[in-house]
Amino acid sequence: MPLNALVISCLAYAALMFAVAYAADRAAARGHVRWLDHPLVYTLSLSVYCSAWTFYGAVGYASRSGLEFLTIYLGPTIIFCGAWWGLRRLVRVARMHHVTSVADLISARFGKSNRLAAMVTLIAVIAATPYIALQLQSVRLSFEVFAMDPRGVVTADALGGTALWVAIGLAAFTILFGTRNLAADERHHGVVTAIAFEAVVKLAAFIALGIFVVWGLADGPVDMLARINRASTDPRIAEGWLLKPDRWTALILISAAAILTLPRMFQVLVVEAADEDRLHVAGWAFPAYLFAMSLFVLPIAVMGRELLPADANPDLYVLTLPAASGQNLLALLVFLGGFSAATSMVVVCAIAVATMVSNHWLVPAWLALRRIPVGEDTDDLRGFVLNARRFAILAIVAAGWVYHQASGGAAALAAMGLVAFSGMAQVLPAMLGGLLWRGANRKGAYAGIGLGFTLWIGLVFLPSVGIGGDLPVPQGMDAWTAAVALSLALNTLVFVGVSIFGFPDPVERFQGLSFVSAIEPLRHSRTASADDRAEPLLAMARRIWGPEAALRYFQTEARRQGKSGYLPDLTPDFLTGLERRLAGSIGSATAHAMIDRVAGGVALTVADLLQVADEAQRAKEETQRLEAAQAELTRTARQLHQANEKLTTLSVQKDAFLGQISHELRTPMTSVRAFSEILKDPDVSDPDRLRFAAIIHDEAGRLTRLLDDLLDLSVLESGQAQLNITVVNLHDLITRALEAASATRAERGFLIDRDLPSEHLGLITDPDRLLQVLINVISNARKYCDAVHPVLIIRVQRPQAGGAIIDIIDNGSGIDSGRQSLIFEKFARLNDPARAGGAGLGLAICKEIMVTLGGDIGYLPGQGGAAFRIVLPQKPAGGTG
Amino acid sequence: MQLDILMIEDEVNIAEAVRFILTRAGWRVDLHGDGDGAIQIIRTQRPRLLILDLMLPNRSGAEILAELRQDADPELAAMPVLMLTARGQVGDAGGQADAVLSKPFDNDDLRAMVRKMLS
Repeated sequence: MPLNALVISCLAYAALMFAVAYAADRAAARGHVRWLDHPLVYTLSLSVYCSAWTFYGAVGYASRSGLEFLTIYLGPTIIFCGAWWGLRRLVRVARMHHVTSVADLISARFGKSNRLAAMVTLIAVIAATPYIALQLQSVRLSFEVFAMDPRGVVTADALGGTALWVAIGLAAFTILFGTRNLAADERHHGVVTAIAFEAVVKLAAFIALGIFVVWGLADGPVDMLARINRASTDPRIAEGWLLKPDRWTALILISAAAILTLPRMFQVLVVEAADEDRLHVAGWAFPAYLFAMSLFVLPIAVMGRELLPADANPDLYVLTLPAASGQNLLALLVFLGGFSAATSMVVVCAIAVATMVSNHWLVPAWLALRRIPVGEDTDDLRGFVLNARRFAILAIVAAGWVYHQASGGAAALAAMGLVAFSGMAQVLPAMLGGLLWRGANRKGAYAGIGLGFTLWIGLVFLPSVGIGGDLPVPQGMDAWTAAVALSLALNTLVFVGVSIFGFPDPVERFQGLSFVSAIEPLRHSRTASADDRAEPLLAMARRIWGPEAALRYFQTEARRQGKSGYLPDLTPDFLTGLERRLAGSIGSATAHAMIDRVAGGVALTVADLLQVADEAQRAKEETQRLEAAQAELTRTARQLHQANEKLTTLSVQKDAFLGQISHELRTPMTSVRAFSEILKDPDVSDPDRLRFAAIIHDEAGRLTRLLDDLLDLSVLESGQAQLNITVVNLHDLITRALEAASATRAERGFLIDRDLPSEHLGLITDPDRLLQVLINVISNARKYCDAVHPVLIIRVQRPQAGGAIIDIIDNGSGIDSGRQSLIFEKFARLNDPARAGGAGLGLAICKEIMVTLGGDIGYLPGQGGAAFRIVLPQKPAGGTG
Repeated sequence: MQLDILMIEDEVNIAEAVRFILTRAGWRVDLHGDGDGAIQIIRTQRPRLLILDLMLPNRSGAEILAELRQDADPELAAMPVLMLTARGQVGDAGGQADAVLSKPFDNDDLRAMVRKMLS
């Protein structure tokens, strides 16, 4: 095939790419994004994973190492099939935080540290440059295949500028479609659509070749499998085809890491994703794409070995096999497929790395030089960022070309894919740790990535370009595997260790929470002038303290500064005071961070702080609410328990009371009934008749008294007793009571000891009720006093507060201290009922009467005999007549 | 001559009535009015029937009955006991009595019950 025809095809293809990208961008600009946003477009764009290294290299790899090439496809497949939830999480969190690159993700998670981002950017640049060189190399080599004259001699002069022209074309394409605007979401519809188109070309070319090889060169699948089988037993290649488990493990791990950390993969997977729902389709479709891409690798490799000369480059079998078979059109299609793989990789990689370089190197440096306050989102800055990105794209593609020229197209480039993979994999521990573990912090990320990066440079990168030797490893172990395992293991270990012992700052902790819990973070807002900053502080305080309290505090502070209105100046005094007050509500660390950010800087926006404040307040309220509910429950349980105990006691008391009443009623009734029956007997003598009749009379009287007492008690206890309040002289009442009680055991000559002058007191009370109490107490004394010469002492005192205290004391043996508290209980009859004649309700009734009158009655211990003290207020509590 | 009936009852009028009724029916009846000392009197008198009031001062009829049933002398432990109660219900203590009579009672019922227990 003439070289010129090839060049023209190539140019036409490139023009087609420009057209596709342009059309997609135009459609997006007009808002027609429906088909652009289709999950299949997204899935196809992920195929940027299959660069020229995979397109050409996989066959070479399979030819040298058998099935090992599969590991490069297995890693991503495992991630997409086995960890789709993790991918969704990554995309969601990254979209929430408007992350623009893998460096930006790491920096945002670890306290928005730009130094960390700059370090990740450095790794990306170092890893990407040779990788881009590899793509240019593959394009040049594929040209070479067509440029070989029949004698196998390359017409070098015709090829001299190939790599350069390709580089220039790619840089132009990338700048044109990669830096059209500074859209907030950093999406590039034109580029993505062009890449999706190229993905189809790649796959179509590879499958067409595969079909040609299996059905055209070989005799169908059965014959093909037999050839593969034969090749695997060929002693010349058998050793290379041996399975090496440690290397397989490392390769699968590294390629799985690559799908997440390679700048171009992060760009298409995360940054260009409209939302995490695309992963529903991509979750199965992308592994299926990889499967299709890998299906014919081994047949092509085996057939190349069989049919092509032994010195032919296995990396170019895909081209040389159809070319040698005279299939020029197929060769051209494969060439375009490889060209697609190379160009799409360079374009996306350049966009991704250039974004990092411009955002984390150039713009911060420019801002530092210009001394523009961070956050002043001026047009000036916007222009600079766009230009910085264009410059970075140019620089990166140029670096790749320079590297390609310098390396002289050496075979060393072939290993560059794995070198780049293992370099970017050093970001993986910090990335996963940041997403899954709140304890991960910036110091840990620094230490881990820093150490991993250094080890990678020393053990993987420099040896790959011929500086320094491979890691000395035990025999039978692969140097690359050992270096990767060592660097990643130490990286992870240091990251976790330093994180555990380090303490994250508040911004970091908040970002950690946001990443790990996938909580919606905040929009950036513009910084206001210093004067306006008091307002957000007030808004923040209001959310923590409530509107009134916050406003009151701010007003007080403003007044103290001699200002009118409610916004004080942000003096250190005011800020310190505010921080201390806030610390009381939300803890000192948070308060410090909040004040610091609002009053001092803009790393976190006001919206951030409001959210922190809201969350702190919500958590506090929730805690308080739970505590209150808990306390309420405890209180209710205690009340229920008390009520239950009280009811049980009451129930026991009620049963006891009813039993007592039953007994007290049945006893006199028994006598009455028995004797009245006896009286019916005509044989009973007259004296007996008279005696029995007297007993019946007595017992009937006892029944009547008991019923009276019960009625009285029930009226008093229910609080329905009618009082007839009048003014009364206490002396008269006592005299009347003594007279009334004198009938009780009248045979005993009681000596009454009174102090008459003190008794002349005017009281406002119910005289009948008070008299009832006095008679009861005096009668009891007459009944129970066991002294030979009984004496009753009555003493009256007048307390300062008014009213009266009446002590009634006899000279008997008194009441045991143990029973003194019982005597006012109902039915607390102490001694032989024969001597009492009552049911034991007397003192209970007295107690009820005195309480009703607003006073009290109690036993007065230590007086020798039985002693009762009656306390009366000046007038009853209710106080009316 | 052996005592037929011993009655432990604190209400003198009731005790008087019961004694009158049972004496006229032909039995020898003795009275005691307190829980204290009741057991001693039962031991010395060894009545053929014990009439026991449940509510007694100092020592309840139930306590006396329980002690009696535990007595080492099998004749005492097996003594027929008629429990008198003015309470609505007898409760556990009454379970050990051979018969229970609620106050107020019918004189004929009392006589019939005693006759049955003594036969």
